Parts: sequence; C-alpha cells; structure tokens
Amino acid sequence: MTDTRIPIDLLIIGAGPAGLAAAIAAKRAGVMDLLVLEREDEQGGILNQCIHNGFGLHRFKEELTGPEYAERDIKEARDLNIPVLTGTTVLSVTRDKQVTAVSRERGIEVYQAKAVILAMGCRERPRGALAIPGSRPAGIYSAGTAQKLVNMAGFMPGRRVIILGSGDIGLIMARRMTLQGAQVLACVELMPYSSGLNRNIVQCLQDYGIPLMLSHTVVDIKGRERLTGVTIAQVGEDRRPIPGTEQEFECDTLLLSVGLIPENELSLQAGVRLSPMTQGAVVNNHFETNVKGIFACGNVLHVHDLVDYVSRESMQAGEAAALYLKGEKAPFLRSQVKDGQGVRGTVPQRLDIPIEEVTDGVELMFRPDRVYQNHFVTVRTPEEVLLSQRRFILTPGEMAEVKLTPDMLSRVRQKTLTVEITEEKQTT
Amino acid sequence: MYDIVIIGAGVIGCAVAYRLGQYEGKFAVMDFAHDVSEGASKANSGIVHAGYDAKAGTEKARLNVKGARMMKDLCRTLGVPYGQPGALVLGFHEEDRKALEALYENAKVNGVPGCRLIERDEILKMEPNINPEVLLALDVPASGLVSPYELTHALADSAKENGFDFLLGTKAEALSFADGVWTIKTQDGDVKTRAVINCAGVHADVLHNQISTKQVKIIARRGQYYLLDHSTPLLFNRTIFQVPTKMGKGVLVSPTTHGNLLLGPTAEDIPDGQDTATTRDGLTDVLAKARLTFPNADLRQVITTFSGIRAHEVEGDFLIGQVEGAPEGAFEAIGIESPGLSAAPAIGEELGDWVAYYLKLKKNLNYIAPTPLPKAFAGMNEQERRAAYEIDPDYGRIVCRCEQVTEAEVRRSIRRPMGARSLDGVKRRTRAGMGRCQSGFCSTRVMEILAEELGQDLRQISKSGGKSWLLTGGIGKEDSHD
Repeated sequence: MTDTRIPIDLLIIGAGPAGLAAAIAAKRAGVMDLLVLEREDEQGGILNQCIHNGFGLHRFKEELTGPEYAERDIKEARDLNIPVLTGTTVLSVTRDKQVTAVSRERGIEVYQAKAVILAMGCRERPRGALAIPGSRPAGIYSAGTAQKLVNMAGFMPGRRVIILGSGDIGLIMARRMTLQGAQVLACVELMPYSSGLNRNIVQCLQDYGIPLMLSHTVVDIKGRERLTGVTIAQVGEDRRPIPGTEQEFECDTLLLSVGLIPENELSLQAGVRLSPMTQGAVVNNHFETNVKGIFACGNVLHVHDLVDYVSRESMQAGEAAALYLKGEKAPFLRSQVKDGQGVRGTVPQRLDIPIEEVTDGVELMFRPDRVYQNHFVTVRTPEEVLLSQRRFILTPGEMAEVKLTPDMLSRVRQKTLTVEITEEKQTT
Repeated sequence: MYDIVIIGAGVIGCAVAYRLGQYEGKFAVMDFAHDVSEGASKANSGIVHAGYDAKAGTEKARLNVKGARMMKDLCRTLGVPYGQPGALVLGFHEEDRKALEALYENAKVNGVPGCRLIERDEILKMEPNINPEVLLALDVPASGLVSPYELTHALADSAKENGFDFLLGTKAEALSFADGVWTIKTQDGDVKTRAVINCAGVHADVLHNQISTKQVKIIARRGQYYLLDHSTPLLFNRTIFQVPTKMGKGVLVSPTTHGNLLLGPTAEDIPDGQDTATTRDGLTDVLAKARLTFPNADLRQVITTFSGIRAHEVEGDFLIGQVEGAPEGAFEAIGIESPGLSAAPAIGEELGDWVAYYLKLKKNLNYIAPTPLPKAFAGMNEQERRAAYEIDPDYGRIVCRCEQVTEAEVRRSIRRPMGARSLDGVKRRTRAGMGRCQSGFCSTRVMEILAEELGQDLRQISKSGGKSWLLTGGIGKEDSHD
C-alpha cells in the first residue's frame, strides 16, 4: 500500500469550546495549515446541550446560553476559514503525531501532524465507578445524559427524581427536570459542601425548594425493571454511611452528578504523562505536554467550572502551538510547580521560563481540598514567598487562580514553586 | 405442538438448541427473560476451566474436560472471542502445598494437559503483579477465556437460523403430562410438546420437583464482581485463582477476552434466585480477597460492579439426562454451576443427541452452518477497517467511543437472527456501553438506532425489555407507560 498519510501542520482534536478557541488563536497567530476534527455532527461540544444561560460573563461580559456561546466561536472559526471536519472520530494518536480518524463520509484517514492540540473534553463518572450497591434497573442516568435526552431529543427520562452529587450539571438538571414537570425530591451530596457553583445552588435548588442533603449518600438502589426507589443515609466524617440514618425514597429516576473525568485515552496512547491529581496531562506554561509538539487545553487538561476560562486557556494553547510550529521558542530554564497544603491539581505543573527577558505572566489554577474562609493563597519557593493573597472564600466547587508576574517568574528559574493555602499571610 | 421445548435460554439451553438445529423437527426455547443469556450466563467469570479441580469421576469433571476441549473450535466456528492464556492457582502458606499437590493429582486423573507445580520466583516472572508473598502455584496452561454472553447469543443465532422459535418473556409456570404430550403452562397460555428439556438454571428445581420422584434443591449462590477498565499492557495475562474452598474456586483476578480485569466473585447463598443486587459487604469482601492476589488493585480503574447467580445443586454434581421418575420425554440439565460454561459445548452435544435419539429425529438436510460473527471494528487493523468501510460506510461512524463500536455493528446486532431489542441487548452483542463511561455518551444514539431499526417510537425503547423503560414521556407529548 502506498503511503496515504495526509501531512498537516496543526491538528486539533475536538471542536468544543477548547478546540475552537485553540484553532482560532493558532490561525490568528499565523498557522495556515490546520484542521479540527470533531466526532459529533455539530461543532460546539457539550455547550450544545447546555441551553441554560450564564455562559460568557467573563469573556463577553454578557449572559449567553451554551449554544449562543458556541455559535460565536463557530462563526469566528468559519470567518477565519478554519476547516472543521464533523462526524469524524479520532481512533488513535501516536507519539510521533500520527493521527488516525474515521468518518462515514471519508472512511479511515491517517494524518501526519507537526503539532497536535488535545481538546477532547471530559466525561461523567458513571454509577459503576462508585460501586453503589443495589440492583441495576433502568432509570439511572448521568446528569449529562439526562440533559441530552431532555434538551436535544425532547424526551423525559423520569418523573420522580433523586440527584446524587451536587456537581453543576446535576444542579442544572434539578431545575430543568422541575421546569419540565418532574418532581425532584432531593439533591444528595456525600461531602459536607457542594461541588457545584454557589450561584447554581441558589438558582437551581433553593429557588425551587429542592433540599440539598449534604453529608448524605445513596446506599441502596431498588427495582428490577425500572428504578422504584433508593435508600439514602447520612455519612460520618470518614464518608461512610452511619447505620440507623437510612431513609427510603420512592423514585423512578436517579441522576448522577458525581464528578467529571478528563477523557485522556488518546493522550495515553501518544505517551502523554498524566497527573494523578487532575487526571489530565502534565503541562508547562505553554500547555505543552511531555511529548514535544502535543498540547492540551480545556476539560481534557483539567475540569473547569466556567467555559470562559476554557476559552482563555485554549487560546493560549493555540498561540503556543503556533509559536512551536515557527520554531521560535526561546531558550528556557524549567521550574516545577507543586501542590502544597490545602491545594489540589495546580496547572501548569511546569514553568519553562525564558533565559532572556520574561514578558508574559502565568496564571496558576487549582482547587482547594475543602472549604476555607478568610485564608491566604501563598506561592513560595524554598527561599522566598512570591505572593500571599487573601481570599474570603475558597471552595472545591470553584477553581481558584493566582497570577505570577513576569518579574516573579524571572526570580524563580529552575526552582520548585509550592502553592498552598495558609491561615496567615506569609512573608519571606 | 412442538417436538421439543427447551426451558431456559442460557448457555446450556442454547448449546442444546444449537445441537438440535442439526435435526429435523419443530423446536422452541422458552425463557421468562426478554433476551437470551439473561441469567447466570451473562454474569460469570468467563473462564474455560481446564478441569483440574472438578472431582475425578464426576459428571462435572468429565464434561468440563470434554467441553473445554471443544470450546476453542466452537468459538472459531461461531466467531466468538476466545483465548487460552492459562491460569495459576496460588498458595500462600506451607499448608496450601498439600492442597495444590492434591489438585495436581486430580488434574492428572481428569486428563488436564500440561499442569505443573511451580515456586515463587517462576510465578513472579510469569506474573509480576502477583503478591510477592506467594509461595507456590499450580500452573494450568490449558485454562481459557470466553465471552459467555457472546457465546450464548451466537449459539442462539444458529438455532434461530435453523428454525427454532424463541418464546421470550414467557415464564414456564408448570409442567404436566397427558397422552404422550407435555403441557407447559405459561402466563400466555399452554405450550404443547412431545419432549421438554429443563435448562432453567437457578429456577430448574421448581420444574424438576413437579415431575420427578427424586426431589432436588437448587441453591442460588450469588457472586459479586468488580470490572476494571482495560489497560495496556495487561496487568495479568493469566487467570489467577487462589486455593479453592468448599464454596467454590474463591476470588479470582482475571483478564477478560476484551482485556478488562475482573475481580470476584463472592459466594453467598441467597433466598431469591433473581436478586442480582450488589452489596457493600460483598464488594468489600471481594476487594479484600482479591488484594491477597493483587495488592495494588486500583479502584479508580473500576468501571462497573455486577453480580450473577450460580445454580448450586446441594448434592454437588451436574444432573443431566432423563428426569428421574418422570413420564417419558422429560429431560434436564440442572445444577449447572461452575464449570458449567466450560462444559456447555459437551452438555449441548450429548443432551441434544440424546433427546434427538429418543424422539428418533432425522438429520436436518437443510442445516445452515453458522456464519462466524465478523471481527469487531475495535479489534481490526487499519487494512481490515478500510475493507470493512468499503463494504459498509456505517463502519465510519463510531457510536461508542470507549469501546470503538461502529454504527454498522450496532445495526447488525439488531438485524441478527436473534437480534437485540433493548439497550442491554445491543450492549452485550456489540460492547456499546460497556466501557469506562458506561453508556453515558452512546446510550441516546443507540436508543435512536434501535427505534429506527425496530420502527418504534423512542419511548418504546427499554433497557432490557419488559417494563424497563428508559423514558417516561416526551416533551410536548403525552406520558407513556402509566
């Protein structure tokens, strides 16, 4: 067989908000030979089923629905003549950036890319991964699947609903199902705090009188054909159910909103190293993974709360990929970023700081490991405290961020930085 | 009026049906479930046991060894996933040495080829993820793997192609005999047949005791499992057992034919033979025992938990043949617990031939030999994929991203002779929904394809037939299923 590999400078996997923003930024930065591959028939990713509003407040300073937000990027990509192939699933990515994809229109195609941006998004943690005991009847859905059924297909997955987990999609679906005539009995959260955004707890639960049961979980699932009920129990500090606290709920539907997992199966094939904390790639401040020329951004890198930040991060990744393709990366020295006390999953994990003048700052993003009030986010090296900023509230449900200035970066070449949450303001 | 009705559409019932397809007659398989392979056959370890532990001289031992030898060819004929990675039975204490030596001797008597006793260093070289505290092991190279439900579905397809009726969703409530004719009472009326074969698994004792002079008791013995995501390279190449106990072969750690890792099962005697719930205690127990073999078992890799029910007959051996003390024309294969899957090809052949001989059935001259199931897209190389796409462009459409199942495969699973009629039916025939997202992404698309292929409204699509509705209504349309 002759070599049928299609050469391409930049291949972007995924045309959700991350892939589109990366493509737009790369094209603007001068990458002419690029292509976006999207497995769904429409561009826009998960935004297409998020018909509620609240998107774009940071980026566009207005409240858009998911499809409206997506449409802006789709239009811009179209105006920039960025080719996007929908209905095309990537089957494999190799370390040397050979990408195999398949579509109904064109069959198997193999690309040889010079750079790849991974923007595949994330998936929902299923019931099985939680090992909730009980039977396995119909009526158990992840919140996102239910959202797709209601908003895309126009069908209701159930009438009497319990929601396990207080992730944002679960909260949004509590409201959506209620508006559609279902009865949402409770939203049950294992932890003593919600993992969703506060505004969603107010607007989706409190406004509709749906109780949020913190420190509770589902301990049994009943029903042979269709779900008939669940048992909910309180949990102790060890997150184990407390015997004697069981309550029975009659319901036909259980929605799960118990966490999102970056979808990195392709990344692993390509030899991309993952962080056990984020379950996304380990990247530097250019969003480049350990595999040269393979970049990652958006929810495949780490799960975000707000699409605005996905777009921002992905534009940076797109620009970085453009720079990489031009071969213009300045000589640098590498620093490491570590999670300290109270901090989980800081991204990026590595800083490649130019030896010459530093012109750009870096945002470090992370999640607190629990709720903190009136604490300080501190970034330090073994020798000095770079910053220590007061935050009135830090919660695992909202990603936190600190910005390192070019000046700070120029002082920490080849050092290990630690991000931590401290009770007191730290000084050197 | 049928010549033969087989009660139970599990691997045993379908193996018997597969054999009887080679004869002329009017046959049916009856099951109260809405698909074949819905009982023990869908939820077990999927091991083709070599036959080292079934007690020499029993029917279990004889049919296990014979069935296991037939399995590879049968799977090739049907196009069903099969592998023979071998097994190790681990001992951790000096006391286990005696038990393993006894197993080794038993294996020799049963005619299991290639077994030997090996010590720690060799064990760890063969399987580096085994607990280094292991002392010795029985190496069983003849041990194999099969996908039990895929085998059952393929057997059923062949029976169906050769004229079998499948009376699904039909519960055999009572058996009676008059004037040379058996009457099976069901919720949908009576079914008449000249001969009946009871392959009703965990429910077989009820029917048996209605017609036999010898009462049997079948205990529902539940086994709970963890299923882990596939990994490359495999963490274990072989099936890893521990020294067996009275309750069975203990907790194993085994790859599946699809490269997942299976931990389990428990062995709990339960009152309700349909209670396939998992329990916190059961799963905790599995993990504790599995960690003896595999101390680094990582629960973050778990994609699902499930349980299956084995039919344990208190006397312990398979009961195969004519029902003792019953009127003529009553046959059975009951008490078929492990190694029942391994023995299924042999049981099917022997029992099928026996009943055919009894009824003096002629060979079916129009017998349609099975067409092997095509290779799954996920397992094809690039060239094979290109070729598949040339024939059917639906191969270009990935429906299940986790297991790389294409639309062509989903559609074919519905169009097969015993085609899927539900989400679970598609899942077991194609693996769509069996991966790490557990159908979160693909279920809506599979439901749409089912509705399209079956000419139904989306609201009629169910998880597993019966009243396992997936949707309660449409937006702007009236509610369904009240």
